[in-house]
Amino acid sequence: MRTGARLAIAAGVLLAIYGLMLGVEAGFTEYVQRIILLAGINVILAVGLNLINGTTGQFSIGHAGFMAVGAYGAAFVGVKLSGPVHGALGPGAFADAVVFNLALLAGAVLAGISGLIVGMPSLRLRGDYLAVVTLGFGEIIRILFNNATFLGSATGYFGDDPSGLPAYTNFFWVFAWVTLIVALIHNLTFSQTGRSLTAIREDEIAAEAMATPTTRLKVTAFAISAATAGIAGGLFAHMQAGVRPEDFRFEKSIDMIVMIIVGGLGSISGAILGGVFVAVSLELMRDLQQYRLVLYALLLILIMIVRPEGLLGARELHHLLRRKKAGRPAAPTERA
Amino acid sequence: MTQLLQQIINGLSLGSIYALIALGYTMVYGILKLINFAHGEVFMVGAYTGFYAAGALGVAGFEARNQSFPLYLAILVLIIAMAAAAVLGMSIEFLAYRPVRSAPRLTPLITAIGVSLFLQNAGMLLFSPNPQRYPAILSEVRFEVFGVIVTNIKLTIFAVALCLMLGLHLFVQKTWTGRAMRALSFNIDAAKLMGIDTNRVIRATFAVGSALAAAGGILFGLDQITINPLMGMLTGLKAFVAAVLGGIGSIPGAVIGGLLIGLAEQLTAGYLSPEYRDAITFVILILILLLKPEGLLGVLRVEKV
Repeated sequence: MRTGARLAIAAGVLLAIYGLMLGVEAGFTEYVQRIILLAGINVILAVGLNLINGTTGQFSIGHAGFMAVGAYGAAFVGVKLSGPVHGALGPGAFADAVVFNLALLAGAVLAGISGLIVGMPSLRLRGDYLAVVTLGFGEIIRILFNNATFLGSATGYFGDDPSGLPAYTNFFWVFAWVTLIVALIHNLTFSQTGRSLTAIREDEIAAEAMATPTTRLKVTAFAISAATAGIAGGLFAHMQAGVRPEDFRFEKSIDMIVMIIVGGLGSISGAILGGVFVAVSLELMRDLQQYRLVLYALLLILIMIVRPEGLLGARELHHLLRRKKAGRPAAPTERA
Repeated sequence: MTQLLQQIINGLSLGSIYALIALGYTMVYGILKLINFAHGEVFMVGAYTGFYAAGALGVAGFEARNQSFPLYLAILVLIIAMAAAAVLGMSIEFLAYRPVRSAPRLTPLITAIGVSLFLQNAGMLLFSPNPQRYPAILSEVRFEVFGVIVTNIKLTIFAVALCLMLGLHLFVQKTWTGRAMRALSFNIDAAKLMGIDTNRVIRATFAVGSALAAAGGILFGLDQITINPLMGMLTGLKAFVAAVLGGIGSIPGAVIGGLLIGLAEQLTAGYLSPEYRDAITFVILILILLLKPEGLLGVLRVEKV
């Protein structure tokens, strides 16, 4: 495809999202709109986490920590950038968009860097160390934010303005980022690099024997995954007036794991379904708050015993729908 | 100097609790190559069983009459909690881990996370999420040695932990089941070919590890005064780091690792800032993974196809 065609498609997609936004804002209550936004943010989280947990087979259970880094990073950078950018461009939607997206990118970069710091020592080794290190990271980062006075300590960061952080997050930006990230992760998964990641999951020793640079690929995939969690964090931060350490507790990481396991580890469309499932089920179970995690826990154990590959397994929805086409790509079932 | 000695004493007593928990991680990992995430929750349930057992044995009455709880009842509390945890550990193994034992690596790992999450939240529903004051099954006696305050509680923690570890050492080295455990951790398939009932030995491993964690739970309650249903998460994590530090799969390693983590934590709290006492464990974990991933006493195993 030529660059012109690509740009045309991108513009068309953005226009379609914009049109959808007008429809959604006219047709649904604030409450439903909020759930839709949360579902979008969940999809980013799930698709990003699936890259490392599903496709690469290295299990992170502290992704809420990276989301927190992205949220705080984006909120802080957004507040600091707002002055100069609005000074140069004047007030208005365009300047807001510039500030917001720069802030999101900054959050993603910070989350990605913390991913590198966490991933480099733990991913050199085989085995389950990543799970423990990320669990520790998720807890420690919250303690750090709890004690960081310039970020508001335990009360949270609300920016310099008394009304809190600006509410930049809307349907358009959430779903523009969803589209971008799903497209990026999809292309990565079905590229040569993606095949190498799958090879690492299937048999790391064999992959290494085929001259796959396993450590480098694992760390890269992990950093990308952390960065996408950072984007989701930034979007989440600008949906409410501020970011609090309490928003990123262990439960948040568990929510993400449920998203990717219900849909099927290693499947992008499964992760999308899982993200929406968790957003909706959180709302439906609002009255059952205290039972929610017990139910999630039982769900995890049951799925592992009965159908460990999840709803879709490592398959993709659109591949299932086009079954007649021979040679379905990338549907290996994991083996020991 | 006095302060340093004080921190060392506190660190060693905390560390011996970590060591007791770390033993369970290291034994299960040695045999099944599974990080038993639920182990921290078994420790929590052990602490709560002790809490309720002491209540049932009338600890409140003794406290009200200003009498100390009789020693034989305190030992009974310990035994009840250890037995309950052993049953819990065996049930977890039977209900959750055995069905997925031969599945790919990720499946048991996720199952373990699920069991841990389940116990945490079931604990919150059953025991209430609020912290509980731990009953004084041992009334505190303070005495000063060279200006350092030593309590009988710290000494008891150290002594109980030491006895249990010696007991474990004898069990693993001298009994048939202990020898079978070592055989399994060496090569599970070969052990099976030698006619060892692996299911039985794995069950025994979970029982012993869980009982030790429950003892750790009661000692933790005595030491830290309050318990809550989420206490297993961070403490479990620290104990796991202790096991990695000592060399995962190695029983003496777990003991040394536990003591070192306890010391590091107390020294950080005393000399840097109490806020970073939890973070130091994490720093140690990162350093050990970077510098000596096989741990202090572990053996580097070359991976083969």
